[in-house]
Amino acid sequence: MPSTYEPIVTNTLTTTANSVTLSSIPSTYTDLVVVVATTTGGDINFRINGDTGANYSQTVIYGYSSFGSTKSTNATYNWLNYGSNSGNLLAILQLNNYSSTTANKTSIVRDAANGATSDVMAGLWRSTAAITSLTFTPPSTFAVGSTFTIYGIKAA
Amino acid sequence: MPNTYRLISTNTLNSAASSVTFSNIPQFYTDLKVVMSARSSNASNFDNPRISINNSTSTFTRREIYAESGSAGSESVADRIIGNCPAANLTANTFGSLEFYLPNYTSSNYKFWSCDSVTGSNSATYSLWLLAGLWSTTTAVSTIAFSLQTGANFVQHSTFTLYGISNA
Repeated sequence: MPSTYEPIVTNTLTTTANSVTLSSIPSTYTDLVVVVATTTGGDINFRINGDTGANYSQTVIYGYSSFGSTKSTNATYNWLNYGSNSGNLLAILQLNNYSSTTANKTSIVRDAANGATSDVMAGLWRSTAAITSLTFTPPSTFAVGSTFTIYGIKAA
Repeated sequence: MPNTYRLISTNTLNSAASSVTFSNIPQFYTDLKVVMSARSSNASNFDNPRISINNSTSTFTRREIYAESGSAGSESVADRIIGNCPAANLTANTFGSLEFYLPNYTSSNYKFWSCDSVTGSNSATYSLWLLAGLWSTTTAVSTIAFSLQTGANFVQHSTFTLYGISNA
């Protein structure tokens, strides 16, 4: 039976970390699903392939103490969560067609934090490079026990 | 075949039921996912599925963003509702879809989840919820039960499927 939905890499923190990078992502899948679960609060962002340039944009629908939408353009990262993250964050990041070398990369993030914040975000990384690494950065440090997992999904 | 995404249990209702329970959940997965196709017998347009964990009905909170029948917004409530589903007054034979994701369900941290639910209809009455939930208890999850906020029944043919997801 084909391995349609496989864990590619996982990192469960046994010590605190200023950032977490998941690298050496193979190009053999069709889509990626990244699951991040952490008790760390604050704004957590992600970058692709270590790109720190102003190549990111994102549209957000958010709900925390208020409800609305916003966007970022020419940003140096994408949000993994938006709004008031007081911890207990689940973020599911989907990167479809991640290994394409002809298309810019789109992302969908669905995050839910502490029973208090719920967001959905559509992002764009303006690069046609295949995605080989993801870096997640909190405002301070990720707590022990934070988990970061990439699953690969095959279309056939 | 890797045990990445495994069916643990499924329940398709042959008759109406007031609740559906998954008990003795194996403790060797990383995350849990529940997919539901649900409809309520309540005489209204919508009803709200709710959760209990390990038979506990306390220390739950939620925040959702919603779009319903022409309005949109967000609310935060200290209860155990996880989403929205159609009820008896909405288009017949129409069930809502809910997808519930609970990571690290065996950890010693509080338990938190996302749950997305949608209801379509052949009218201007519809619903979409994107919900964040929290159970402020550190116990590992071994039992999950679903019922309806109005106390009505899930109708016949409602389905509930529990998957275990492993990250290694």
